[in-house]
Amino acid sequence: MSEAHFESAERQADAARLGMWAFLVSEVFLFAGLFTLYGAYRAAWPEAFAEGVRHGAKMLGSLNTVILITSSFAVASSLRALQEDRPRVALRWLLGTLALALGFLAVKAVEYHGHVHEGILPGGHGHHFATLSAPAGQAAFFTLYYVMTGLHALHVVAGAAVLAWLAWRLHTGALDARRAHVLSNGALYWHLVDCVWIVLWPLFYLTGGQA
Amino acid sequence: MSGRTPDAKAADTGLKAWLTTRDHKRIGIMFLVATTAAMALGGVFALLLRLELLMPGETIVDPMTYNRLFTLHGVTMVWLFMIPVIPSGFGNYLLPIMIGARDVAFPRLNLASFYIYLVGAAITLAGMYFGAADTGWTFYVPYSTTSAAALVPVLLGVFTLGWSSVLTGINFIATVHTMRTEGLGWMRMPLFVWTVYGTSIIQVLVTPVLGMALMLIGFDRLLDWGIFDPARGGDPVLYQHLFWFYSHPAVYIMILPAMGVISDVVCAFARKNPFSYEAIVWSTMGITFVGLLTWGHHMFTAGMSTFGAGAFGILSMLVAIFSAIKVFTWVGTLYKGSIALDTPLLYVLAFLFLFIFGGMTGVAVATTSLDVHWHDTYFVVAHFHFIMVGGTISAFLAALHYWLPKLSGRRYPERLGRLGAAGVFVGFNLTFVPQFLLGNRGMPRRYFDYPPAMHTLNAISTVGSWVLGASMLFIASYLLRSLLRGEPAGDNPWGAAGFEWRTSSPPPVHNWTGEPPFERGAYDYTEGSPALEGARDE
Repeated sequence: MSEAHFESAERQADAARLGMWAFLVSEVFLFAGLFTLYGAYRAAWPEAFAEGVRHGAKMLGSLNTVILITSSFAVASSLRALQEDRPRVALRWLLGTLALALGFLAVKAVEYHGHVHEGILPGGHGHHFATLSAPAGQAAFFTLYYVMTGLHALHVVAGAAVLAWLAWRLHTGALDARRAHVLSNGALYWHLVDCVWIVLWPLFYLTGGQA
Repeated sequence: MSGRTPDAKAADTGLKAWLTTRDHKRIGIMFLVATTAAMALGGVFALLLRLELLMPGETIVDPMTYNRLFTLHGVTMVWLFMIPVIPSGFGNYLLPIMIGARDVAFPRLNLASFYIYLVGAAITLAGMYFGAADTGWTFYVPYSTTSAAALVPVLLGVFTLGWSSVLTGINFIATVHTMRTEGLGWMRMPLFVWTVYGTSIIQVLVTPVLGMALMLIGFDRLLDWGIFDPARGGDPVLYQHLFWFYSHPAVYIMILPAMGVISDVVCAFARKNPFSYEAIVWSTMGITFVGLLTWGHHMFTAGMSTFGAGAFGILSMLVAIFSAIKVFTWVGTLYKGSIALDTPLLYVLAFLFLFIFGGMTGVAVATTSLDVHWHDTYFVVAHFHFIMVGGTISAFLAALHYWLPKLSGRRYPERLGRLGAAGVFVGFNLTFVPQFLLGNRGMPRRYFDYPPAMHTLNAISTVGSWVLGASMLFIASYLLRSLLRGEPAGDNPWGAAGFEWRTSSPPPVHNWTGEPPFERGAYDYTEGSPALEGARDE
C-alpha cells in the first residue's frame, strides 16, 4: 500500500471508526431478525413465554449482566489509559476485560448445563417438554433462548479473541497512543456485545411477571 | 522484494501479482470476470428452462430436474451475478477514481471480499449441484426444511456471499465519507457514486437479516430445531418476512447502481448536465430508505391484514414515484441534447423502455386486489425480469461498452455494438412479453408443464430466449476480440466530462499523476470543459 493512501493519520482513524460503526449496524441487523421473531412469537404465546422466562436462570443471567457492564467499564478505562499514553495501565485494564469475558462464558456454560440437565433443549427436545400439556409455546421460547443467547455468546467469543489480539499488540508495543483508534474500535465492538446482552437480559430473565 | 518500490510491484502483471493485489481496479476487474462468468452459467440454466417449456409435457428434463434447474438459475443470477456485478465490479473500479482517491479506504478488506465471494460462489454452486437443491432461490419453509435435497451447503454458500456483500458495502461507505479529494463536496459527486453509496447502505443493513434467516433453516435441517414449525410454536410466514426483508431491497441493490450507470451515460451521450442532479440524488436516497419498507408486497396472499397490505402497497408505489422522478430526469437530459446514438446510449434507451414497462407492471402488482390474481403466475416472473433483469443487464451492457476504453484502453466496433444491442432488445422482449400474457391467463410460475392452449406463447418466449442468448454470445465475442485487438481508444474517446475520464485510460497504478483535476464539475459540458478536449468519434 502506498504511504499516501490516506491524506493523514486522522483521516485513517476516521475511516476505521466509520467502518467499524457500519459493521456494528450490520451486527445489530443480524440480531434484529431474531428480536422480530421473539416479538412475534411472544405475541402469539404470551403465557408460555412468561412461563419460560420464570423458568430461566434469573440469578445467573443477572450476574452476567453485572459482569458485562463491568467489562465495558474496564475496556473503556483501557482506552482512556492508552489515550493518556500509559500503555501498561491500558494492558492491565484490557486483561481485566478479557478475564470478565471468560467469566461471562463460564457462567453461561453453567446456565446451559443446568437447562440441559432439566431436559430443556432447543427445538422442543428434552423431557421437560414431555411434561407439558401444550409444549409448543415453550418450545419456541427455549429455541429462541438458545439461538439468541448462543449467537450472543459467539459474539462474546469473537470479542474476546479481538481483545486478546489487542492485548498482545499492546504487550509487544505495536499498539501505542498514536494508534489508539484501533483499540477504540475493539472497545466499540465490545460495547455492542454488551448492548445486545442488555436487551437479551429482560427478554429472557426478567419479564416473567407473577405466576 | 528488496529494491522494488511498491509501485513497481503493483504494476506487475503476473498471476501472483493479480491474486494478491490490493488495487481496487484489479479487484474490480476480477469481480467483473467472475460475475460475468456467473451470468453465462445462469444464462445456460435459463436456456435449458426455456427449452423444457418449448413444448407441453416433458421435453428435455423431468419435473424434479426442472426444479433443480430453476433453483440453479435463480440463485446463480441473483447472488453470483446481479447483486455483485455493478457495485463490486464497476463500483470497485470506478468509485475511487470518481472521487479522486487512490484506492478504497480498506484495500485489504476489499481483496478479502473478493475471495469471500469466490469461496461463497464455489460452495453455492457445488452445494446446489451435488445437493440437488430444488427449493427455488427463495428457500421457503416448510419445503426447505423438509425437502429430501441437501440444502445446508447452498445455505452456507449464500451466507458466505452475504459477507462479501456486507464488507464491500462497509468499505464503500467509509471510502465515500473519508477519501473524497479536497474540494469534492457531496453534491459534486458523480451520480454513479451516489447510487453505489445508497446500494452500500442497503447491503450493510439488510444482508445480515438474510444470513440469519438462512442460518435458522440450517439449524432446522442439521439439528431439527424447528424454529418455523407450527407444531413447535413457530410460524412459517415469519420466514417469508425475514427473507423478503432482505430480498426485496436486494432488487434495489441491483437496480440502484444500474440507475447510476444510466445517469452518467445519458449525460455523456447527450453532452449535457443532468436535467436535475438533485432530483437524482434525493430519489436515490428515497429508494434506499423507503425500499427497506416495502417487502410485504411479496406476501399479499400469505394471510396479511388489509391494513398491512395497504401500507406495503402504498410504500411500494412511493418507490415507483422515486423511480419515475429518475425516468423524467433522464428523458429531460436527452431533451435538446446533442445526442450520439452510440451503443451505450442504445442500452440506455433499452433500459428506459424495460424499466418503464417493468415499473408500470410493478405498480399493478403492488395493487393488492390485482395481485391476488397475478400472484405466483408468469405475470410476476415477467414483471421482475423486465425491471431487475432487463434493468440490470442493459445497464451492465451500457457500462461495459461505455467504460471498456477506460478499463482496457481499447475500443469495440461500434456497428457490431449497435447490432448486439438490437439483438438483446428484441430477444428480451420476445422472451418476456409473452410471459405477461401467459401469467395473465393464469400460468403458474415454476411449473415444468402447461396446457396445450398455452403452447404458442411459450414457444415464442423460448425462441426469444435463443435470440437473447445468441446476442449475448455475439456481444461477448466482439468484446473479447476488442480487448485483445481493439483500436487504441485514447484517454477519453467519448469526450465525456466525468471525472474518471480525466486520467489516462487505463489509469496509472494510483489513479492520478498529481492532484485530480476536479475544478470543473463531472457534468460540465459548457465552453472550456475538459470534455471538449476529448476527441469525439462521429
